[in-house]
Amino acid sequence: MPLITYRQALNDAFAEELTRDENVFLMGEEVAQYNGAYKVTEGLWKRFGSKRVIDTPISEAAFLGLGVGAAMMGLRPVVELMFWSFAYVGFDQIMNNAGCIRYMSGGLINVPMVIRGPANGGTNVGATHSHTPENFLANTPGLKVVCPATPYDAKGLMIASIRDNDTVCFMENTLLYGDLGEVPDGSYTIPLGVADVKREGLDVSLIAHGRAVLTCLAAAEILATEHGIEAEVVDLRSIRPLDEETILNSVAKTHRAVLVDENKPFCGVSAQIAALLAEHAFDDLDAPVLRVTALDAPAIYSMPLEKLQLPDAQAVVAKVLSSF
Amino acid sequence: MARTLSLPSKSKKTAAKKVVRLAAPKVVAKKASPKSLKPLKTKGPAQTGKKSPTKPITAKATAKAPTKAVAAPPKVTSSDFSSSPFNSSLKPAEKIGFLREMLRIRRFEQQALKYYNQGIMGGFLHLYNGQESVAVGTASLMNGHDEIITAYRDHGHALAVGMGMNECMAELFGKGTGCSKGKGGSMHFFAPDKHYWGGHGIVAGQTPLGLGLAFAIKYKQINGCAVAFLGDGAVNQGVFSECLNMAALWDLPIVYVIENNGYSMGTSLERSSAVNGSLAKRAEGFCVEWATCGGFDLYELRANLGAAMERARKESKPMVLEVSTYRYYGHSVADANTKKYRSPEEIDLYKSEHDPITLWQNQLLSEKVITQAGIEKIDDEAKAEAAAAAEFGIASPWPSEESIFEDIYHEVDHKTEAGQTGSFFFSE
Repeated sequence: MPLITYRQALNDAFAEELTRDENVFLMGEEVAQYNGAYKVTEGLWKRFGSKRVIDTPISEAAFLGLGVGAAMMGLRPVVELMFWSFAYVGFDQIMNNAGCIRYMSGGLINVPMVIRGPANGGTNVGATHSHTPENFLANTPGLKVVCPATPYDAKGLMIASIRDNDTVCFMENTLLYGDLGEVPDGSYTIPLGVADVKREGLDVSLIAHGRAVLTCLAAAEILATEHGIEAEVVDLRSIRPLDEETILNSVAKTHRAVLVDENKPFCGVSAQIAALLAEHAFDDLDAPVLRVTALDAPAIYSMPLEKLQLPDAQAVVAKVLSSF
Repeated sequence: MARTLSLPSKSKKTAAKKVVRLAAPKVVAKKASPKSLKPLKTKGPAQTGKKSPTKPITAKATAKAPTKAVAAPPKVTSSDFSSSPFNSSLKPAEKIGFLREMLRIRRFEQQALKYYNQGIMGGFLHLYNGQESVAVGTASLMNGHDEIITAYRDHGHALAVGMGMNECMAELFGKGTGCSKGKGGSMHFFAPDKHYWGGHGIVAGQTPLGLGLAFAIKYKQINGCAVAFLGDGAVNQGVFSECLNMAALWDLPIVYVIENNGYSMGTSLERSSAVNGSLAKRAEGFCVEWATCGGFDLYELRANLGAAMERARKESKPMVLEVSTYRYYGHSVADANTKKYRSPEEIDLYKSEHDPITLWQNQLLSEKVITQAGIEKIDDEAKAEAAAAAEFGIASPWPSEESIFEDIYHEVDHKTEAGQTGSFFFSE
């Protein structure tokens, strides 16, 4: 299989969907002529033209709302946020309109839209550009939330998200855009709500999404080679819908769960998984559910301290060892 | 500050207040009168009484607003606008139809008010009483490809586009037979099959959705336009300004209709908005054309809005049309209304001199299109229909408990492949 970047995998997904369905269009700040702030949409404006790939003013509320209105009429907008952190100036449009219109209309209206962009810390840009709002968004029935960790998942999940008839909040990661991975040529979809066991193991379940999955895989190698512990790594891939079955099956097998999450701990995604395990896996557990998350403080600017704020492999290893 | 030039001096305001309190309503009408609608007196035709303006909308030509606030809305003679191209070919049956629709809206809401006051109906109830001409006039101009969207004062628009009284009333009662299955309530009526996209509760939150409707119309090369309604309070939300910029930037076929009823909840226009002549004039800053007109007279409304919609369709250009209107009840029924921010005399003045239904009835009588008996018959039918709708709503069942989890995700409801993977709801 060809080896391509996470960025290219997304770009391929857009190109294929733009070609397949004339109702699909891309919109956002700098997505067209500038080729994307992170080059995710590079070349698409040149190839598909100004009708399909559209630069917007810096007006998140208006272009997110425009996306909702256009989606109600049957178009399939793929709206880029340069950072998910910028969603907050358009939050009303996401939560109240994209998230609630289907329900409040008694199912008369659908909002088949993808809102996408990077949502991660760790890039030394301070708190306002480092938010990870997957927990906020997944807290809203009506929205779906997807966080791919690998190029293969990024492409398959993006195509599935564009074809989905509900609004999907698709969270990428600037630190992953350059990662290489095997991605088959041509179109394929990965269903939302299906987790992926990225590494099998019998001793402990490491449950994560997004870049934290890679942290878990690195930790699993250390645990295996240095401590003789075989960790299973469960990549959630989507936060909502959530593949509860795969999580519970894994914990039933390993009897231990360490949740690794670049989201904040307080009411974060890992808190949700912990609640799930408390409710449905209590009898399977041989140890308390433990968490390694972003530290519960705004993202700090200072580079060495920021590194301390996010989970790394050593922290995961230490946490796993503490559960034995 | 330049903008203060357009506002009356404090002493004048005080004087006006005194007159309102001390004088009889009729005197108020002529002298001081409601201060809320001051900025709207900008239209040439309405004030000058020119016959048959051939171009009711001259966009920026209306920019010369009086710097001095004027009080009551000018008396409009319907015949001023009856020969507009949008009115001259109206058939008697259509004119009578407009009256029927306005009466249906009023009687519907009065029925709703009755049950709301009895505590049988819950939620908020933002009544459209007094503004009926705007929704009915708009619906009458839609060409089958036009799309409309409004805010939370949405009953009138819903009935005007053809939604049934039963489904709307049942929705107010929160019943499963409601237009939104009891999931939306008063502020959230929708009928996409009738090109009506709601019914939205957050002030100005609908303005970019309207932009999206216009975007889709242009994208799909449809011969239509979008009409997005907002109130005079909504113009102060930032997202509306963003929308005006994008509408102009991309030549989107949208008419933003500011239904200016003078108050954003309990705050009068002059206390909420920096105004230089009119709210619509703000569009100039975004290179969007604008105009103002009275909304009390159907002919005037149709002449102006008709031209704006036609321009949007033909030229694919945005426009802001500010329509002066007035609501008789509070922001919602629960608000303090006359006890806090306006006088009963002010409301009486509008009811007696500017009621859109009365004006239209008188117009049709003078045109001999209908008789007094004919009007009463239509009104009786509207009352009976509204009463029957209330009975329908009350008798209807509550939504089922299972329905709580329906209509959230399309993919779940339709059991598509995408709706069968993963858990959408916690511990379902």
